[in-house]
Amino acid sequence: MIYLGHVLAHLRKDLRLEWRSKDFLNGMLFFTLLVLVVFAIAFDPTSYPAIARQISGGLLWVALLFASMTALNQSWSRELRNNVLDAHRLSPAPASAFFVGKAIANFLFVTFVEIVLSLVFVLFYNLHPLGDTWLLLLILPLGTWALVSNGTFFSALSLRTRNRELMLPIVLFPISIPALLAMILATTAVLTGDSSPALWIKVLITYDIVFTIASVLLFDTILNAD
Amino acid sequence: MNNTANNSKRIPLWAQAYFLLTLAVLAFGFHKAMTAPTEATMGNLYRVFFYHFPHTILSFVFPYLNCAASFLYLFWRSRNPARARAADAFALASAELTVLYASVGLATGMLWGRAAWGIWWAWDARLTTYLLLWLLYVSYLLLRRFSGDDPGSSNTAVLSAALAVFAAIDIPICYMSIRWWRTQHPSPVFGGGADSGIDPVFFPAVLWNMAAWLLWGAFILGLRYALERRRQRAHSDLSLHTISTPQESL
Amino acid sequence: MQPWLPQRLYTRNVGFDSQTVADKNPAAVQLDRVSLLFGSFVALREVTLTLSAGASVVLLGENGAGKSTLLRLISGVASPSFGSISVLGDTPRNRRGRIALMGHASQLYDELTALENLAFFASLHNPAPAAVLRDRAEQALREVALDPANPRRVGEYSQGMKQRTALARVLLTEPSLLLLDEPFSNLDMASAQSMIARMQQWLAAAPNQAPRTLILTTHQAELARPLARTTITLNAGQLVSQEGA
Repeated sequence: MIYLGHVLAHLRKDLRLEWRSKDFLNGMLFFTLLVLVVFAIAFDPTSYPAIARQISGGLLWVALLFASMTALNQSWSRELRNNVLDAHRLSPAPASAFFVGKAIANFLFVTFVEIVLSLVFVLFYNLHPLGDTWLLLLILPLGTWALVSNGTFFSALSLRTRNRELMLPIVLFPISIPALLAMILATTAVLTGDSSPALWIKVLITYDIVFTIASVLLFDTILNAD
Repeated sequence: MNNTANNSKRIPLWAQAYFLLTLAVLAFGFHKAMTAPTEATMGNLYRVFFYHFPHTILSFVFPYLNCAASFLYLFWRSRNPARARAADAFALASAELTVLYASVGLATGMLWGRAAWGIWWAWDARLTTYLLLWLLYVSYLLLRRFSGDDPGSSNTAVLSAALAVFAAIDIPICYMSIRWWRTQHPSPVFGGGADSGIDPVFFPAVLWNMAAWLLWGAFILGLRYALERRRQRAHSDLSLHTISTPQESL
Repeated sequence: MQPWLPQRLYTRNVGFDSQTVADKNPAAVQLDRVSLLFGSFVALREVTLTLSAGASVVLLGENGAGKSTLLRLISGVASPSFGSISVLGDTPRNRRGRIALMGHASQLYDELTALENLAFFASLHNPAPAAVLRDRAEQALREVALDPANPRRVGEYSQGMKQRTALARVLLTEPSLLLLDEPFSNLDMASAQSMIARMQQWLAAAPNQAPRTLILTTHQAELARPLARTTITLNAGQLVSQEGA
């Protein structure tokens, strides 16, 4: 259980850091709101009420995708300031615990923004889901974890690159496409009530398990890459 | 250490013979492709398929060579640095081949689509999967380019190896997801082939071209690998030279 | 010039063969023709160095001589381009947790207090119940003459206070090898003297404990004299002289 202790220590530290600075929660919330407004102008929900429900799943997740980019870039830049990362590299605690702690912290932050976002979304798009709404409670966390865990891993990977902030989307988006597909289709299935999201939920679960394991196993390697 | 002689500028005999064999098979494949019976609906335009098919199949082979090489790199990194470098060179070469073959597969697929359906693109299962494959390995190449200012640094190799593992895991998930996506919302199936069944009369052309492009791919892969190894060696030699040259005081 | 053997070309941080390590090498740090290049810039040039356990070393040299790079190499944060390095009998990476590096940057979280920073890093190195960690952190802060109850965040500290906190952090991790990169810069004379006293205290390990080795870099050779049982000078990445034990 020492491993769990390390994970919790990292998690607590990240939560405390964010609470003290409130850096990206504020920024992220506002950014997401802006993205939503831009989407509303681009895909006017009131003029086309029929398709609003069809595309809202996609719009929601795209807005979240962009919002989480800001969160992810921020989360590691905190570790670069004052060279704290070297202190982590020299500690005997397993690096994967560092990853898991940070991924969970990012997950909590993005979920918070997501809840606010969803409420605003329902408002702006006059949505009422036609399918089993409770399934969203399953789909949203699974989708968010897929984005956040890979995002945390790849933004750590990008730390060593020249164009750090550009590298993250370049590397993350292609890998995430199957997960994006699954989360968008599952959400749309619930919103429109047209089909069952079961298949896509299974895809998301598989994706989450496989890539979380891969990230945990490879994190030590990339953290210590000289 | 390596059997490609350190200071030999001559190409070994077996490589020359292999190259000639490849050209011969390519030529024969071309002949077969052009002389195969004309297809009923598309006329001569369908012949692009003989180029599309081998490239798309092979573009799924090279990523796994890349994945294997990346694993070997990670494994040998601290145990056998010399072999690790070779593995890294191979990983780079096979990634570039993937992008090359996926590009050709996409381009020929689009030509086929244009000829058969009159549109350049549709988000059908096959084309979308090739596109994703292409995107994945272009992002790999970009990561290699942007990581570490020093082209010889192990930083590049380690980070790309990690991405390669992720990409290789992603490919089957992509393939299945997109397939399921398109069975829910069917669209015109581009590029007939594995599913729609090939008329046996075309088999010789298909198989000869398959062999030809496989040989060609292996040739380019070997060439690129040798090139990368030379670059690595040149870089090492330069570094050693810089170290041993007494520096003037600042 | 001795021609390089082929296998040397690609040796990176391999450490010594198990043979040598099994010989109970008492050296704390051993570098064998280590070179480190950044592109075409040679930061370290064929450095061969042996430091025994319990050494107290002052590393001198001008700016850009490679002192910081050498410390980073020994800590395991950087890897050599050529040559092999062995620290505490193994590769630096395998000795994580026993080597501590205090660099130019504070390696602390600006938004946390000193106590929170120390307690956090202590938990990574020697996990223990929260109360125990707090006590250790408080003790470590007192030993560098800082008030553990100070509610201010480290980001608001003066440079000198940050440095003392950083020292407290590295000492708290209970290393066998302590690497300090210019620990006295930005300190007034009194603080520097008390830091030196603290280091001497640390070096004098109890008989049943593992020997402790200290390597520090500084521009102020006079100041560091009490700690300089061994003095090493670097110039343009090369080892120029090694005096003392």
